[in-house]
Amino acid sequence: MRMRTLVATFGAAALALTAAACGKDEPSAGGGSTDGAASDSCGELHKFTAATGVDVAGSTAFTKIKSAGKVTVGVKADQPNLGYKDADGKRCGFDIEVARMVSAGLGLDPDKIEYKEIPSANRETAIAGGEIDYYVGTYSITDKRKKQVSFAGPYFIAGQDLLVRKDDTSMDGGKTALKGKKVCSATGSTPIQRVKDEQLTEASNISEFKTYSECVSQLLDKKVDTVTTDDAILKGYAATAPDELRVVGKPFSTEKYGIGLPLADKALREKVNSILETSASDGTWKAIYGETLGKSGSDSTPPPLEKY
Amino acid sequence: MFSVLTDNWPLFRDGFWLTIRLFVVSGVLSLIIGTALGAFRVSPVPALRGFGTGYVNILRNTPLTLVFAFLFFGAAKMDLALPNPFWTAVGALTIYTSAFICEVVRSGVNTIAPGQSEAARAVGMSFVQVLTIVVLPQAFRAIIPPLMSVLIALLKNTTIAAGFSVVEAGSIPAAMSERGENQLLTLVWITIGFLILIVPLIFLQRWAERRTAVA
Repeated sequence: MRMRTLVATFGAAALALTAAACGKDEPSAGGGSTDGAASDSCGELHKFTAATGVDVAGSTAFTKIKSAGKVTVGVKADQPNLGYKDADGKRCGFDIEVARMVSAGLGLDPDKIEYKEIPSANRETAIAGGEIDYYVGTYSITDKRKKQVSFAGPYFIAGQDLLVRKDDTSMDGGKTALKGKKVCSATGSTPIQRVKDEQLTEASNISEFKTYSECVSQLLDKKVDTVTTDDAILKGYAATAPDELRVVGKPFSTEKYGIGLPLADKALREKVNSILETSASDGTWKAIYGETLGKSGSDSTPPPLEKY
Repeated sequence: MFSVLTDNWPLFRDGFWLTIRLFVVSGVLSLIIGTALGAFRVSPVPALRGFGTGYVNILRNTPLTLVFAFLFFGAAKMDLALPNPFWTAVGALTIYTSAFICEVVRSGVNTIAPGQSEAARAVGMSFVQVLTIVVLPQAFRAIIPPLMSVLIALLKNTTIAAGFSVVEAGSIPAAMSERGENQLLTLVWITIGFLILIVPLIFLQRWAERRTAVA
């Protein structure tokens, strides 16, 4: 009897492990295909040299960073070519490069950054609570958020767009073609709120998952017709499975990505803004864009900063 | 403090309403399936006992998130998916909770002295009659407190569905974050919401305990 129970327990454990493996593999769209394989692991990162003799007068966060000898940065880990962590634990993407650039500009070795994966819902709490020094991860600058955190930037301007299966041309009209289509996005996200508010599709056709990877998995399984969010995120996914997915390319919103910083730390914000300004003028921004999101084929330029 | 709730009232209302529906539907189904599984485990048929044991050991030892992930992503690949996210979530919660209810029912059955079933069998009752007329009514008294614990756990487990396209109470923080509302206050309101939902269950337990108490 005892033996039988033991066998059953191991059976359950094996099943659980298989299920865990499935959950990990499936969301990375096209991970199994030969085309996707290359972009699923992180390559060389941009070379930054840490600035010397940096001081940010009057910044409590900077004093903390200086004494710790490293920066703690909040990022995302499931957005290919933006904020991504590959199977070996290496991180890459445009947001990661921006995080490293800021670290170098603050005079700290970007290879020593301590990354923390902070889900969208916990960003404000993590910044306000000092859990992270700054956050770089498709963080849209909005007036409401400005009351809880401060933003340096924007360092990138994105717009809401649609990711579809490559052979599906029925949504090429953009947002007006969504009626009757099954739309997927992240739970409670601004893009899905917009779909609901503007009634772009019926309520019963809306799916909301915790991560976009899960939506992309559902898209490939034909459980949904389109995944909607900022084009930057969608292009990242399209680049991992170019034979199966594509971005429609008719953005219908403007999202300004900023670097989330502690609310009261004006000095640090000015410093980060000046780091971004330098990167725009000396070609660094162009270089890191080309190494990451630029691989999708679309060009971009650094947006003007909003110094408030 | 109150503006967080009042400004986003539709979000809280719809979220908690879906939580209640998830809880009630999967709670009722789990009680039915769990009791049947409990009967399997004490039945004289070896095949049924084996099925019950296997079910409990697999489902009770699998994290609920994996059960959800399997039904949402694995089943989709095998063309076994349930019609919509709500029913998929009900399915995941039900097959998971049934394993716990099964064990609660079985432990209750074990509190009944074997002599009682033997006596019932001696007067010519069938296994089903012994179970439904003699054993389960008495076992129910012993299982009320653990059964309520399982149901309260189920109520809170519904929040896992938030990650799987079921926009219930557990998904409120994500939307509130996008709206730039204070996350801590959001969580306070969600906690209060769950406390309000749990209170009736506590009263139900008290009532049931009094009802079945030995006079």
